[in-house]
Amino acid sequence: MPGLVPGIHAFLFLGQDVDGRDKPGHDEAGIAGAEMTYIAKPKFHHPGLPKNELGYTHRDYEGKISTLCAGCGHDSITAAIIEACYELSIEPHRVAKISGIGCSSKTPDYFLGNSHGFNSVHGRMPSVLTGANLANRDLIYLGVSGDGDSASIGFGQFAHSIRRGVNMTYIVENNGVYGLTKGQFSATADRGSKSKKGVMNTDNAIDLVAIALQLGASFVARSFSGDKTQLVPLISAAIRHKGAAFIDVISPCIAFNNHAGSTKSFDYVREHNEAVNRLDVITGREPITVDYAPGSVQVVDQHDGTRLALRKIDADYDANDRLAAMTFLQKHAAKGQVVTGLLYVDPDSDDLHSHLDTVETPLNRLEAKDLCPGTSALEKINASLR
Amino acid sequence: MSVQSPISSVNDFVVRFANVNGSGSASANELFARAILRHGVPVSPRNIFPSNIQGLPTWYEVRVTEAGHLGARGGVDLMVAMNPQTWDKDVASIETGGYLFYDSTKPLPSSKFRTDITVIGVPLTAITNSTYTDPRQRQLFKNIIYLGALCALLDMDPKLVEKLFGEQYKGKEKLLSSNVHALHLGRDWALQNLKCPLGLRVKKADKVGERIFIEGNSAAALGAVYGGATVCAWYPITPSSSLADAFGAHCKKLRHDPQTGKAKYAIVQGEDELASIGIVIGASWNGARAFTATSGPGISLMTEFIGLSYFAEIPAVIMNVQRAGPSTGMPTRTQQCDIIACAYASHGDTKHILLFPEDPAEAFEFAAASFDLAERLQTTIFLMLDLDIGMNHRLCRPLKWDDGRQYDRGKVMTAEMLDEPGRDFGRYLDVDGDGIPFRTYPGTHPTKGSFFTRGTSRDRYARYSEEGAVYADNMQRLVRKFETAQDMVPRPLQANAAKPTKYGVIYFGSTSPAMDEAIGLLEARGHQLDRLRIRAFPFHSSVASFIADHDFVYVVEQNRDAQLRQLIVNENGIDPVRLVPILHYDGTPITARFIANSIGDHQDHLKVTPLRKAVS
Repeated sequence: MPGLVPGIHAFLFLGQDVDGRDKPGHDEAGIAGAEMTYIAKPKFHHPGLPKNELGYTHRDYEGKISTLCAGCGHDSITAAIIEACYELSIEPHRVAKISGIGCSSKTPDYFLGNSHGFNSVHGRMPSVLTGANLANRDLIYLGVSGDGDSASIGFGQFAHSIRRGVNMTYIVENNGVYGLTKGQFSATADRGSKSKKGVMNTDNAIDLVAIALQLGASFVARSFSGDKTQLVPLISAAIRHKGAAFIDVISPCIAFNNHAGSTKSFDYVREHNEAVNRLDVITGREPITVDYAPGSVQVVDQHDGTRLALRKIDADYDANDRLAAMTFLQKHAAKGQVVTGLLYVDPDSDDLHSHLDTVETPLNRLEAKDLCPGTSALEKINASLR
Repeated sequence: MSVQSPISSVNDFVVRFANVNGSGSASANELFARAILRHGVPVSPRNIFPSNIQGLPTWYEVRVTEAGHLGARGGVDLMVAMNPQTWDKDVASIETGGYLFYDSTKPLPSSKFRTDITVIGVPLTAITNSTYTDPRQRQLFKNIIYLGALCALLDMDPKLVEKLFGEQYKGKEKLLSSNVHALHLGRDWALQNLKCPLGLRVKKADKVGERIFIEGNSAAALGAVYGGATVCAWYPITPSSSLADAFGAHCKKLRHDPQTGKAKYAIVQGEDELASIGIVIGASWNGARAFTATSGPGISLMTEFIGLSYFAEIPAVIMNVQRAGPSTGMPTRTQQCDIIACAYASHGDTKHILLFPEDPAEAFEFAAASFDLAERLQTTIFLMLDLDIGMNHRLCRPLKWDDGRQYDRGKVMTAEMLDEPGRDFGRYLDVDGDGIPFRTYPGTHPTKGSFFTRGTSRDRYARYSEEGAVYADNMQRLVRKFETAQDMVPRPLQANAAKPTKYGVIYFGSTSPAMDEAIGLLEARGHQLDRLRIRAFPFHSSVASFIADHDFVYVVEQNRDAQLRQLIVNENGIDPVRLVPILHYDGTPITARFIANSIGDHQDHLKVTPLRKAVS
């Protein structure tokens, strides 16, 4: 009797049609049926939509319709990612979107519908992304995570992917609460802040930006989901950065953390936002045409030719000084301020592939002839073992 | 002291070295084993070591076996007692008529000896101290001096040891001559002061042939190189660390681009086992061949990801070098104790593919094959090694490869295929009934073939769904896929007894050499058994038919709970009474004597008691 006969309950489904969801197509089909478990976006293109250098419109960078709460900060980040990818004229399918588990980790389904996405395991996005990156160094890696995902269950993986210098854009959509499980504090919630139910948080907060700086991230930024003009160029610059680029985006949870007493609410962040600079990302080799006032701008050239023009808000802030950034951050945090902007960038950054000295050809494209030493080598090995 | 009947044996005895770990004895002892091999006499060495770096007892056992019995035998004929800590136990473990070799520099009271064994005292410390002044040299050369004395006592050819030194210290003339000098120091002292040789002797033979001498971990790592693994992520854990180390060492020699010098592989030492398997899954998802090496505690940590690999259908190869559990268990002792943990790893309904190599040669073959299987079946493949195979040198057939062999990359849809008119891509669509869907690599096509990989339930087109029928449809397909696997994995090997018999025995993995030897011992007792060596899970249909063809089948394994037997009962619907467990689980490798005694006793008992009464 080889193998086990399937259980009696399973038989009930055998031969039964699995209804309308069984039709081909990626996201056109599927809203039929009583229980709607995902929402496809209609493929309607306005003929006059502007196109980028590659001929793609904004719509080509969109994904499914978000199932997050109306007004969620995460949806603004999704929009910013779409905007950044459109502006950079990235081929949408050359991005790999990888996330963990949680509200933030659902969002990769809502942008870049022609990219492969991977909604992996809670807190484990960094390791999955690291492996994916090792397999194919030619794609763009976008890691999307949340504060529960990265500061609690996945704190270790966050830290180690940063210290290895994996070439990625690592975005934490930081709202200070566990949204999907209805509002428990996360590890980024500030000490003394209040939950929606009025409970005071007595644990100290983890500042992921401070940790990323300490661990050697070569690009560190913080932004606010409500400030698209600041966020979009930061994401663009991070994507074009070679190495571990980390962006902490404060993204208020409209359902569970947008009340008085919260330090992650829209009102609180607007009032306490201490932006150190504004960023212009200049792709291509053309000279900077914007007329900046002398001394008001810091220019950083990245490896791939992008120029980052940092319009200074804080005149003394130097985005190339890791130590100063760490001190600045601590001083302002003590005053209850949320420091935002491009906080640190290393123009001479490198990544895990350069540390491992791997071949230029992506490892997933190597074939048996590249990888297998063959019988003659094996005979020599056998001879050495006698 | 005169002993009544000292053991007399040529090319068939067991020598055990009792040392303190960190004393440099390991290389001298291994040299002893290799020297005997060079006499054309098979050996089977085993390291018995503590989870410690310096100061605790360690043993190295060499079974000299012209007949080629490579399993552990049990018992000691010659004890080289170099560790005062374990003296009493070591002396007690010698077979009656056996030999005790010790350092006689300091006199020991007669109560410390036995009268039924031959005692051989060599003043090793005195010889060493009168020759060397540097403490480290004294320590290291003392090992070579006892090796020299053993050469004389066992009638070994010193030229063969010198040749090994020559290979080991090629280009390091000073080291070579000082080692040769120490060897002769010990040998000459023994020849002048002792009656040489003993009743135990090594005599040149021609029984090694083309066979090679390799550790299973190194062979498995080489299998990964030949099988095309490019990403290895691992976290240090005994007894698997040497597998990852060996992969690095092999790659260093075999996997650098000759022009640029760049690496055609990536090895990451993860921060833990969770990260290691995460990296493997990320890399495999993206089309690279990736693996991790670990042991029991690592498997426990990896189970959430293993469930993802099963459910989201992402290839992964896990080489599990098993050690005694549960918990930290006995980290440096061998067992086959993760069968159930691996077969059903993860929450929810899962089943995984296990491969059971018997020795390094099969470890090489199965390791290479595991990447083909992982990509073909898009799931986790466990290569089930254990400490006994992994960390001991084992004599085995030479490693073989066919240069015409291509990698089976499985069902991967390319951009060209996606563009074919009428081609329908559904990530979880079973197009031909084998339960295996097509996948695409990220970055394949600008508008077709992308999908969202997730551990949540989804339909055949990878769209999120919590519909019961959609979920069950997918779970049924996964069962179909597992059934497909049954004919892809290595089949069991059957060997029938000389005479027709009602009894059979099932065994697997490192039990193999002990089982082969036990069959001979059982035949001598008048018991005939047909044998089936299981090499993979899911079980091939021949397992069930083998059981059906016999009244009783013994299932021999190295764990307490008869895990393979449980799996057979569970998966094949076998009446448990038909399968008699033979269990060895004290952390030492199973021996032929143990198997023959356990089965022999049971068989003798059967002859007395009618079958019906025995089971009622």
